Amino acid sequence: MAIIEKLWQYLQFEFVQNALVVGVLIALCSSLLGVTLVLKRFSFIGDGLSHVAFGAMAVAGILGLTNEMILVMPITVIAAIVLLAAGKNVKIKGDASLAMLSVASLGIGYLLLNIFSSSGNVSGDVCSTLFGSTLILTLSKFDVCLCIVMSVIVILIFVFFYNRIFAVTFDETFTAATGTKASLYNLLIAVVTAVIIVLAMNLVGSLLISALVIFPALSAMRVFKSFKKVVICAAAVSVICSLTGILISIMASTPVGSTIVAIDIVVFMIFALIGRR
Amino acid sequence: MAQLICSDVTLGYEGKTVTENLNFEVNAGDYLCIVGENGAGKSTLIKALLGLKNPMSGTITTGERLKSTEIGYLPQQTLIQKDFPASVKEIVLSGLLNKCGLRPFYTKEQKEFAKKQMERLNIAHLSSKCYRELSGGQQQRVLLARALCATGKMLLLDEPVAGLDPKVTKEMYELISSLNKEDGITVIMVSHDITAAVKYASHILHISHTPLFFGKKEDYIKTDIGKSFTEAMGGEE
Ligand SMILES: Nc1ncnc2c1ncn2[C@@H]1O[C@H](COP(=O)(O)OP(=O)(O)O)[C@@H](O)[C@H]1O
Ligand SMILES: [Mg+2]
Repeated sequence: MAIIEKLWQYLQFEFVQNALVVGVLIALCSSLLGVTLVLKRFSFIGDGLSHVAFGAMAVAGILGLTNEMILVMPITVIAAIVLLAAGKNVKIKGDASLAMLSVASLGIGYLLLNIFSSSGNVSGDVCSTLFGSTLILTLSKFDVCLCIVMSVIVILIFVFFYNRIFAVTFDETFTAATGTKASLYNLLIAVVTAVIIVLAMNLVGSLLISALVIFPALSAMRVFKSFKKVVICAAAVSVICSLTGILISIMASTPVGSTIVAIDIVVFMIFALIGRR
Repeated sequence: MAQLICSDVTLGYEGKTVTENLNFEVNAGDYLCIVGENGAGKSTLIKALLGLKNPMSGTITTGERLKSTEIGYLPQQTLIQKDFPASVKEIVLSGLLNKCGLRPFYTKEQKEFAKKQMERLNIAHLSSKCYRELSGGQQQRVLLARALCATGKMLLLDEPVAGLDPKVTKEMYELISSLNKEDGITVIMVSHDITAAVKYASHILHISHTPLFFGKKEDYIKTDIGKSFTEAMGGEE
């Protein structure tokens, strides 16, 4: 009883409400696209892009931008386009170029932060950017609005292009051969992925984004066998895990990102067990 | 007017020629079989016919009644599909995408049409089954139904019977043949199996690095190359 009362108290705070709204939206977006990314064998794109976003964040911080998103969003989107769309042409090296870009951004970003940062607690800042320790509880009004607007756009795009995204994911060659602009939709997927990555950095930090993207999709794929059901289930799993994770982390003062990921893993194991029967 | 004309086509990758001097045409209702050893460039030719790959030289033109998007395609099986969670219905419907224009969803008529194609190919009862749990023969039928949704005019099939057992292979050949004869769909099929090619096709294109033969199958079996292959195949059986 005491727990529920305490929870109720927390829910009165605006920052908790913000965190929950943002958390649910980000979880929803990342799981929708996650199914496509997993099936297209792009799971690591999320990881790579989040490192790029980290590097961009470092640069934005040094330049003293009040709104880091203005720089971080475009840079990540461009990186995604280069990796996903152009990477097709240099297929063999796609893997290596992703790894290269990702570690380079991480390394340079950290280096720049150390050299130029005015803050006394560089490692603390870096840690929270990487693991999103308390970020989501300190969102500014602007961040919350941006997140809501972008999430709604992503969800609308996904619903509107659902059939096309399915076709491109299942069989790109056939889709292109029968007159649908497959490369255009690949580009769309790349851009949306980048947007989600940047948004998700708020929730779980850049190191844990992949978990948010792939675990719900993988869980759903253990149990369900049609694309639509997998997408719906992944979305539900992701939202529930994030909600639970945020609430637990507030109550138990654990880091938000890793709590959500831990719950995602538990759910995955449960689904894997169910799927084996 | 031919549906598809290839004149002086040379195909290759990154400046390296795979096959050259391809000259042939396909008329409505033809059943053309493309044969040749592994690596001869059969799949490459199919990709070029679909407009997925530009020829290094020469031209491929489609006839006035056939838009380039009106070609149905059955790809050589790719690995990525093996663990894909997709129901038969979802896959067959995706063939209709090129008729959707700007509409985001499929109409009732389109769903009805997809159902008809599934019935035509005897897979209607599998409609909500998962693709990856079907047998090889059933999977090929699903992809064929999807191709039929994309077109009623011309089908391009890249080794549609690879990996199927003899009984299912025969069923598949009969099915393709009936689509050609009864529904008047032009068929262009890549195959290793020259015996079957000679049995079902109306025309044969035999390619190697240069084209070895193009023409009616009756003429093909009289040529030296045709003889040597059909006899070799016959001897194996
Ligand atoms: N994407 C590619 N890049 C470079 N070379 C290729 C590519 N695809 C096929 N090839 C080469 O082109 C030749 C013809 O291949 P393909 O058309 O698949 O042959 P077939 O289908 O007749 O067995 C082969 O020698 C192959 O190595
Ligand atoms: Mg081939």
